[in-house]
Amino acid sequence: MTQPDEVIIESGKSGLHYWRDLWRYRELFYFLAWRDILIRYKQTTIGITWAIIRPLLSILVFTLIFGKLARLSSSGIPYSALVLVGMIPWQFFAGSLNEASLSLANKENIISKIYFPRIIVPISGVVVNLVELGVGLVMLLGFLLWQRTGIEATLAFLPLFLVLAFLLTLGCSIWIAALCVQFKDFRQVVSFALQLGLYISPIAYGTAVIPEDWRAYYFLNPISGIVEGMRWAVFPDHISLPLGGVITSLGITLCLLLSGIAYFRKIEKRLAELL
Amino acid sequence: MTYAILAEGVAKSFTLYHKNQPRSDSLRETLSGSLRILGRRLVPGRRGLDNTVLEREEFWALREVSFTIRPGEKVGIIGRNGAGKSTLLKILSRVLEPSSGRIRIRGRVASLLEVGTGFHPELTGRENIYFNGALLGMSKAEIRRKFDAIVDFAEVEKFLDTPVKHYSSGMYVRLGFAVAAHLDPEILIVDEILAVGDLRFQRKCLGRMEQIGQEGRTVLFVSHNMNSIVQLMDRSLLLDQGRLILDASPTECVDRYLELNRSDDGSPSLSAKVDWIQEVRFHWLKERQEPGFNQPLFFRFSFLSTLPTPPITITLGFLNTLGARVSTCKVQTPKLEAGRHEFGLIVREHRLTPGCYFVKLDLWTDYEHLLEHDGACHIELFAEEITDPLLLKSSFRGRDRLGCYGDMELRRFASTAERICDC
Repeated sequence: MTQPDEVIIESGKSGLHYWRDLWRYRELFYFLAWRDILIRYKQTTIGITWAIIRPLLSILVFTLIFGKLARLSSSGIPYSALVLVGMIPWQFFAGSLNEASLSLANKENIISKIYFPRIIVPISGVVVNLVELGVGLVMLLGFLLWQRTGIEATLAFLPLFLVLAFLLTLGCSIWIAALCVQFKDFRQVVSFALQLGLYISPIAYGTAVIPEDWRAYYFLNPISGIVEGMRWAVFPDHISLPLGGVITSLGITLCLLLSGIAYFRKIEKRLAELL
Repeated sequence: MTYAILAEGVAKSFTLYHKNQPRSDSLRETLSGSLRILGRRLVPGRRGLDNTVLEREEFWALREVSFTIRPGEKVGIIGRNGAGKSTLLKILSRVLEPSSGRIRIRGRVASLLEVGTGFHPELTGRENIYFNGALLGMSKAEIRRKFDAIVDFAEVEKFLDTPVKHYSSGMYVRLGFAVAAHLDPEILIVDEILAVGDLRFQRKCLGRMEQIGQEGRTVLFVSHNMNSIVQLMDRSLLLDQGRLILDASPTECVDRYLELNRSDDGSPSLSAKVDWIQEVRFHWLKERQEPGFNQPLFFRFSFLSTLPTPPITITLGFLNTLGARVSTCKVQTPKLEAGRHEFGLIVREHRLTPGCYFVKLDLWTDYEHLLEHDGACHIELFAEEITDPLLLKSSFRGRDRLGCYGDMELRRFASTAERICDC
């Protein structure tokens, strides 16, 4: 038998091997994500079809209200395409945050019995929502082929914006997971903020409708930069790249992610007690 | 010195909040709390009023616990409710962080604080085996390799692809234990899980625990079941009110534990179900016990009755280390006046084979059940000179010498007719 490695458990020292532990528990991470995906779609009768129906219905409603009734500008692209590109990152973001607000509480039975780096839980919650993101992207591709709008070279930049959306969602999820454990009613704040967020982010409309003077403030919302960036990647002829917005978004994302991890690790030590 | 676990001065405190100090687990409370502090800072005169509100109390679940466990040792942890057993296990499993002190652990740890942790009712048996295995620290390859053995052990082949919500509770528990039983840790930490499943499965679990022990792994086992502690463990730690009060052989610890239970509320008595029977004391006169098979057992029994009592039936049940009642004897007192009464109880011809037994005490009148106490005392019978070759053989089989042993009559039938008549 090889010399077993030694673990030292001491007050305040749990962070020492954190990243090594995280790597060691990577398989558990896959299993957790896999299990959550299974559970999510097993509890429904039409399963993964939900991932198609929900965005489709939202797109239909938004296109009717904002495109047909309010006649907002869509910068010359089909209004439904505008909404579709917005819905892809938004549904991923909102779904993940909802999941994050309950993620730790839902796994209380595991957390209070077994050790593993707790940060796996909110991260796997985000990964689960990647399924719907993937479905959304397939829908977008199908739409582009069906509309024969042509696929532009800038589409190669789309993955970059998706990575940014992933990191932003990750940062927010980690923050929210920790906050919801510490403050039980933060959950209400999250669902309310997401309701408002849908309207203050360019999901159901394009940034073209925002007055020029307000744009700088508007892009302080990190989602704005991501959504407009994605629209640029898909329709470069109609929408210009909001470079400032993307950079702001990147900066805010990194801040949220790093501070979120730091805050989560602070909470993590007392997690089993707080739950 | 080599060790598997070395704990030095481990302590754990929890913060308790009193009624007038709600936990600040909602935003409003935190905000209003900070406002109150701010208010107090601004208005120094009011400080005295609210000061009590922010007071909190520290509760020490564990204090200065130190011990060493050598590789391959099997150690039982016992103690009354709230003694700190679970806290200790949770610290060892890294679920909780100690407030002070240090623990060094050498080797791969698997901790089993619950059967079927993380089982999800919607998932099938197969899926749950994989997830539960991963949670307990097995790699995917390892689970795949042991999958058949796990399914065999749990006896659920037919239901592998059925969601576990349709399982009977027995199947659920069997599946949970089966995964855990196939872990390959150097150190196994187990919390009170053998009290599950049917008797046959319990024996299987105990057998597996024993096998793990024989393979030279270190086992830490918390239980309220003194029988399995005595039967399975080499050593025991007795915790009380967060302190380690005894680190000795399992039988010594169990004796001391039963003493602790008796001395609850400061008085060494068992509590009755009726209020007119008080200060019930019952103990085994260990010093009068002669070594050898079928030697009489002596007990002392006393109580205080506040009313004149009808005749009381005293029943002693003897439970072996698997928890099975192997012998029962009873006797009836005469009618008694109010006052203190003391009796000696002598059990001859009990035919118990040498080993450990727990004595269950019941008191009855014709109308009611006066007292029921599961572990009224714990006896240990030694056999120094057994001449009977059969008994000798069974006592050498170590842990199998459980229960009673007696003679029987042999009658040989000459014809079928005779056999029919006889029955």
